Amino acid sequence: MTSRPIATTRSVMEVPTGRLAMWWVLASETVVFGGLLGSYVMMRLRHGAWADEAANTSTWAGAFNTLVLLTSSLSAVLAHQAAERGDGAKAARLLRYTMLGGVVFLLVKAFEWRHEIAEGFTITSGLFWSFYYTAAGLHAAHVLAGMIALFIVSRTAARSAELHRVENVGIYWHFVDVVWIFLFPLLYIAK
Amino acid sequence: MSGAAQPVHRDAGFIRTYLWSTDHKVIAMQYLFTGMLMALIGGFAVYVFRMQLAFPGESVPLFGRVSAGQYNALVTMHGTIMIFWVAMPVLLAAFGNFLIPLMLGCDDMVFPKVNRLSYQIFLLSAVVLVASFFVPGGAFGGAWTAYPPLSANATYNLTQHGATLWVVAVALEFVAFLLGGINFVTTAMNSRAPGMRMFDVPIVVWMIVIASILFMASVGPLIAGAVMLVFDQLLGTGFYDPGTGGDPILWQHLFWFFGHPEVYVVLLPAMGIVAEVIPVFSRKKLFGYRTIVYTAVATGVISFFVWAHHQFVAGIDPRMASLFTITTLIISVPIAEMVFCYIATLYGGSITLSTPMLWALAFVAEFLLGGVTGIFLGAAGADIYLHDTYFVLAHFHYTFFPIAIIGAFAGITFWFPKMFGRMMDERLGKIHFWVTIVAFNVIFIPLFLTGAAGDHRRIFDYSGFPDLATPGLQSLRITATMGLVALLAIQPVFVVNFIRSMVRGPIAEANPWRANTLEWSAASPPPHGNFAELPEVYRGPYEYSPEDRDEDFWPQHVPDVSPAEAAGIGGVR
Repeated sequence: MTSRPIATTRSVMEVPTGRLAMWWVLASETVVFGGLLGSYVMMRLRHGAWADEAANTSTWAGAFNTLVLLTSSLSAVLAHQAAERGDGAKAARLLRYTMLGGVVFLLVKAFEWRHEIAEGFTITSGLFWSFYYTAAGLHAAHVLAGMIALFIVSRTAARSAELHRVENVGIYWHFVDVVWIFLFPLLYIAK
Repeated sequence: MSGAAQPVHRDAGFIRTYLWSTDHKVIAMQYLFTGMLMALIGGFAVYVFRMQLAFPGESVPLFGRVSAGQYNALVTMHGTIMIFWVAMPVLLAAFGNFLIPLMLGCDDMVFPKVNRLSYQIFLLSAVVLVASFFVPGGAFGGAWTAYPPLSANATYNLTQHGATLWVVAVALEFVAFLLGGINFVTTAMNSRAPGMRMFDVPIVVWMIVIASILFMASVGPLIAGAVMLVFDQLLGTGFYDPGTGGDPILWQHLFWFFGHPEVYVVLLPAMGIVAEVIPVFSRKKLFGYRTIVYTAVATGVISFFVWAHHQFVAGIDPRMASLFTITTLIISVPIAEMVFCYIATLYGGSITLSTPMLWALAFVAEFLLGGVTGIFLGAAGADIYLHDTYFVLAHFHYTFFPIAIIGAFAGITFWFPKMFGRMMDERLGKIHFWVTIVAFNVIFIPLFLTGAAGDHRRIFDYSGFPDLATPGLQSLRITATMGLVALLAIQPVFVVNFIRSMVRGPIAEANPWRANTLEWSAASPPPHGNFAELPEVYRGPYEYSPEDRDEDFWPQHVPDVSPAEAAGIGGVR
């Protein structure tokens, strides 16, 4: 049963169903991260001493990762533009650059965390660190999931098929980026 | 654009047709049967612990003697299962999946494979939960509300593995319903039949869509909270531990911020089912369609602002308690309005007391009692006394039972002909109905009384409470338990009716109830693809007893006819 139901092709609200679905996913993810980060902010306001713990995060690593993610979001936008023009091969290449950004991000994270753990800052070193690893870890899991989605979409896009998916996976990637834009100040800059 | 060439399918085997299908109707049945099976487990749990309460220390038939730890696990599992693995799959997933494409006049959900995945994750969540019964220590015993430090600390809850499996099962169930919601909302927004405007959509579809949105918007913080709880359990983090700077009240807020909208997530579909049944068996247009939609939305919005009424005695600021009292009392207004609209629909109607109609009417009556008792609890002052007593329990069973049981039976008996192509037996249906309803009240009215007298919740044995271990109160507890035994004993009548009708009930025509909505224009049961020709819509769903027409119903897909033609002047169509 590989045929698409007629339901999928209808568009009464004039918004393509794939995009509608992706916004739904974003909304649900926003509430998850919103709950987690909201809890963090409320706890942090209560514990002024967390600023001392936060001093041990590497602002440079965080800033570099911010640059990496923003650049990868740029390539995602360019991929969408290429897809709109029907250029599947170019869209696929740009999606792979986006994936590369995700790889670099995760590598930097790996080094960062290894260093911090070696210094003795583990997930049980205190509540600040518990939030730090949980929030950044949850985000990293979403980066990884995004990379898998990017890979799958780039494969079909390379054949110039299902090009509308380039925009949808891009929307997801922008979300992952936006979450990081919140994490960076909350975990790195607020010291 | 009507008409659809049906894709040619190879003859699929049993697995493909029933276990690996992407057809929304099959997925609906999967959710329905899984939910009904889990209800057996949830029902068995309550049987055991109510026998313990009625006859403390005695061996319970089919179980044995109940220990304190087992009691805790039983009450936890009963609550957890009935809400997450019975009410939600049956009301939201089963009816949502079955009805939405049919009522909207399309051939399936927008994302059939995501739909299939959502059921598979749901099934996995059920397996994980049932597995927790068999691990060392047994099933989680920290109540369905899972407050830390009891839920975070195995030395307190004594069910270390069960506790983690419980959180994992609930989290998986959440993911399954988030995935399901994608289909409900996008299909309802985008895949309506040509001519079907927003306010031509049947109420039950509106309700399921609003409920899905409510669920999605409220569950996020609890997912975050559940991750934190699992880390506390497994990694030794201290999110909820005051010793490390954490706060157990954080869990309460995260839980109830979801927990309160959740009750409306299950209420709205049940009210939607009732909204479909009442017009059909009153032969009268639904009163206040737009009012019902707007009040449902209002209920959903307000439901985000009432959660702390579960925490009135948790040490919150009394000024916050006053605020939440006000919002809690306010939320009763839109719900009452919906009930008034249903009553107004009945008024002056030509009532038929079929089995589905009996269930729908019972919903209105019993839910009303549940709702008004909620007013007492919503007032922070009264709640200081009533919190954690059986008064609360009776209140929420007078709401949940109508929602999960009465509403479900209304829907099942109403749409059975469409689902299975056969009619259920009316006589068995009525016997089942009356005994269930009477027994239900025999269970919970005594519990209002014991609760008002001071019976705490979650007590395994009242012998340690001299004020409560009185013969008067004990006889009320026994009465409640006997009501439960009667309730459980009559359910096989439903099961027999269900199975016998499914196998050799009288063949049902497409529209046995002479109803208007689009699902009744498809065959009973609908084939893969639903409609031989995809329908177009010309009017709203509740045109019963329309003026100037011979028939007392006017299906949505029947093209318009001019008044002259309708009066018989001019050509017949």
